[in-house]
Amino acid sequence: MTPIVSIWPLAAILVSLLGALPILLSDRQPNLRESWTIVIALIKLTIVASLLPWILEGGSYVFTIAQVIPGVPIELRVDALGMIFALVASCLWLFTSIYSIGYMRALNEHAQTRYFASFAVAISATLGIAFAGNLLTLYLFYEVLSLSTYPLVTHKQNAEARTSGRKYLTYILGTSIGLALPAMLITYSVAGTLDFTAGGILAGKASPELLALLVVLFLFGFAKAGLMPFHGWLPAAMVAPTPVSSFLHGVAVVKAGVFAIFRVIFHILGPETLQTANLGSLITYIAAVTVLVASLVALTQDSMKRRLAYSTIGQLAYMVLGAGMLSALGMLGGIMHLAMHAFGKITLFFCAGAIYVASKKKNISQMDGLGRRMPITYLAFFIGSLSIIGMPPLGGFISKWNLLLGAVEGDQLVLIVVLLVSSLLNAAYFFPIVYRGFFVPAKDGEEEGIKEAPLFCLVPLSVTAFVSLALFFFPDTLLQLARMALGIW
Amino acid sequence: MNATNLHLFVLVVPLLSALAINLLGRRSRQWIAPMVLGSLAFSVFGSIIIMARVIEHGTLSYTVGNWQPPYGIELVVDPLSALMMVLISVVALLASFSSLKSVEQELPGREHLFFTLYMILIAGLFGLVLTGDAFNLYVLLEITSITTYGLIAMGRGRAALSSFNYIIMGSIGACFYLLGIGYIYILTGTLNMADIARILPTLNAPVATATAIAFALVGLWVKMAFFPLHSWLPNAYSQAPTGAGTMVAPLMTKVTVYLMVRVILSMYTPALVFTHEWIAQGVVWASALAIICGSVLALGQKDLRRMLTYIIVAEVGYMVGGIFLANANGLTGSILHIVNDALMTLCLFLVVAAIIYRQGSVSLVSLQGVFRRMPITMAAFTLGAFAMIGVPPTCGFFSKWYLILGGIDGGHWEFVIALVASSLINAVLFFRIIELAYFGSLQDGDHHEHLSTQRHEAPWWMLSPLVLTAVLLIVVGLSTGPLINNVIRLMIPVGF
Repeated sequence: MTPIVSIWPLAAILVSLLGALPILLSDRQPNLRESWTIVIALIKLTIVASLLPWILEGGSYVFTIAQVIPGVPIELRVDALGMIFALVASCLWLFTSIYSIGYMRALNEHAQTRYFASFAVAISATLGIAFAGNLLTLYLFYEVLSLSTYPLVTHKQNAEARTSGRKYLTYILGTSIGLALPAMLITYSVAGTLDFTAGGILAGKASPELLALLVVLFLFGFAKAGLMPFHGWLPAAMVAPTPVSSFLHGVAVVKAGVFAIFRVIFHILGPETLQTANLGSLITYIAAVTVLVASLVALTQDSMKRRLAYSTIGQLAYMVLGAGMLSALGMLGGIMHLAMHAFGKITLFFCAGAIYVASKKKNISQMDGLGRRMPITYLAFFIGSLSIIGMPPLGGFISKWNLLLGAVEGDQLVLIVVLLVSSLLNAAYFFPIVYRGFFVPAKDGEEEGIKEAPLFCLVPLSVTAFVSLALFFFPDTLLQLARMALGIW
Repeated sequence: MNATNLHLFVLVVPLLSALAINLLGRRSRQWIAPMVLGSLAFSVFGSIIIMARVIEHGTLSYTVGNWQPPYGIELVVDPLSALMMVLISVVALLASFSSLKSVEQELPGREHLFFTLYMILIAGLFGLVLTGDAFNLYVLLEITSITTYGLIAMGRGRAALSSFNYIIMGSIGACFYLLGIGYIYILTGTLNMADIARILPTLNAPVATATAIAFALVGLWVKMAFFPLHSWLPNAYSQAPTGAGTMVAPLMTKVTVYLMVRVILSMYTPALVFTHEWIAQGVVWASALAIICGSVLALGQKDLRRMLTYIIVAEVGYMVGGIFLANANGLTGSILHIVNDALMTLCLFLVVAAIIYRQGSVSLVSLQGVFRRMPITMAAFTLGAFAMIGVPPTCGFFSKWYLILGGIDGGHWEFVIALVASSLINAVLFFRIIELAYFGSLQDGDHHEHLSTQRHEAPWWMLSPLVLTAVLLIVVGLSTGPLINNVIRLMIPVGF
């Protein structure tokens, strides 16, 4: 079907970018400012959702913003793959905005205006990545996302935040300029275009060695995906306020990295081209190492957020691993995990933040008996962790099941073992938290006065936990989008 | 004033206003601002009309005093010189707002002298991009250089010494260029560029031609501070009066790079310049070295303005290298970078002027916490920094794109690596400052008494051109396509 030229994708991006202005202007009136955030989030979600029906019918939207380089305009193109990411991101931004209000006010954080404004720019960039029609446009928004999250990561403006900010920029900007940009330019000089095209743009144009080089440059160049050894920024970024960690370092930023890798594998390099050059195993092995090592490291972390961060690194590698299988089931599993993990992980981060707001505790070893004081939070945490582990009846099961089927179908014994062992490890680092919360009694007199976090925190985390559950029973829309993205519907 | 001589007026109006400023400004300084701004606004307006006309009708030429070329002096406006006219007039106009403020503060009572030189310099720059005559170019190059020496010497402290240093280097450069032209005149008997381009390839005097080319190019390299001939630039630009720096730093080196493009394309012809492949190769290697050394030297600086001057040295490497890649992408990148680098440098020097106006210094120590004191200025600085790093959609990204692509096309991986490395070093350089400005001093008890946290933004005279320039960085970035299709592509010679 011919794509429809439409300004709505641009509107979806701009609404929060321009929305940063009223947020900045209502600096003195916090209630008005937060109302703006919620209103913008709602408008954005509505626009994105209104684009969905036509995409589900197999159509697409395009909009050219500017002609900059011959054959590579700055162009938006909404397709099924982008739609999944955009839906997940704009939906979760709404919950995060609500949660932010509860969290930031309960902790009386400084510079909240800057915080909400930067957040609005970051979500704009995220949608830009989702709707990018070619690699240049994606790179553009990728960089905007990196830079707009810097003030969020360094929000506390103390020495620790400064160190983390440095680490963050070094890893993220260093890899995108040093690896992804040259890879993109080499691709352009070989292919003459950077449009996302089903089957890739390099078929028959690049030697296997060049392809292997590009695979490595792109995989590590988009370091937001956190593939080892370029993962160190993510645990460091945990110094940010928890809503930032939940949304950006659980969903938007990290998935932007994975999404970029998806785009490159599916629509630039092309699965079949990679298959012919026998490069699938290169991708899967790089990812498999990260899956296992990250899960092992997560076991050793006592800080709640750092444990979640390492868990995220491991789960992101699952997605890359799925894409690297280059088989329909594997790639499907990878795409589905992008959505499923988002809902699960944001729940976990929300819970970590709620626990911090209620008790000021950051370390797991101090959290004995908290589950009895905060049953809703802990229940949500339990649901979220089950989803990430991949247990039925939760959304995470669907994606992990497809990944496993993909590995079985491809007769890749090593990957089957990696997936199973990693799921066990996931359980091993999540269950003790829940167990401590419910079954280990608190030290005497320590837990007096601790009760559930404010409703602004509690409601979003309950809803995302519920969605994780619901996605097991109603995954059809997502599955259909994922199949359409792969052209197997 | 009609279709054929409007560009002469763009040149003459600033020149006449220079005289008027000297005469009237001596009586009362209230004359200065209207005359500076008025004549520059006229130039902007005129340049834009010329640009539109050239795009529509093609190259214009005008013979001064109706002396026919090749004997008379010919002024030629092709798409590239029209683009440079727009660039010069816009940058000069934006810079002059800020200069008027900072000169008022730094050189009270000498404003009319400063702006006399300032306007002559701008007229000279217009002349440089208009002239079609090789010797006339030398004269104008000296006019701009001498006015710049004067402007720099008006600075405080060791400015006079730095200016003297610059005079020596600048004169050596001028001599080299003049020798190059001399050889050409002996060979061809003409000084008209088009004429030289016609006669030179027919001569079959390879050694003499090569010598002439080499002398002229080395002369221009000294003038544009191409590493390792750069030593005069950092001192001269960082000790000049702030108001001079905002205009000289963005324009002088860029116009000299333009002259190199002009001389190569319209006088010596690319075929002759790039005959010896190893020379072109060598220049690209030297450019890669210039980029790396400029960037690394910038890392060692403890003052924002000095840091920027070393970045200019690195950026000159970008442009020279792009031209000597001798392919379409490289040349496109270089010409595009002339425009982009002028705007980025303007943006950053306007920030420097604004901060100096408020707190007297841009040493890195004094920049602590400046985000809180001057948030709008620093927001513009951040955009300028992103452009220097090469973050899309700011304009710096797109010229870098073409330059890297040219490097890949020509197989010059050392140039590609140098460009990428320089982007990374720029990221370190600028984020170091953004970090200082954003976090302030983290040690308690280390409070600098004079560094208040009160908001104290620069005056509107300085702020509005700054904000406009910052916006231009993105606007120009997004109009890269039209800029290349309508202007730059017309300049790429056949066979590239």
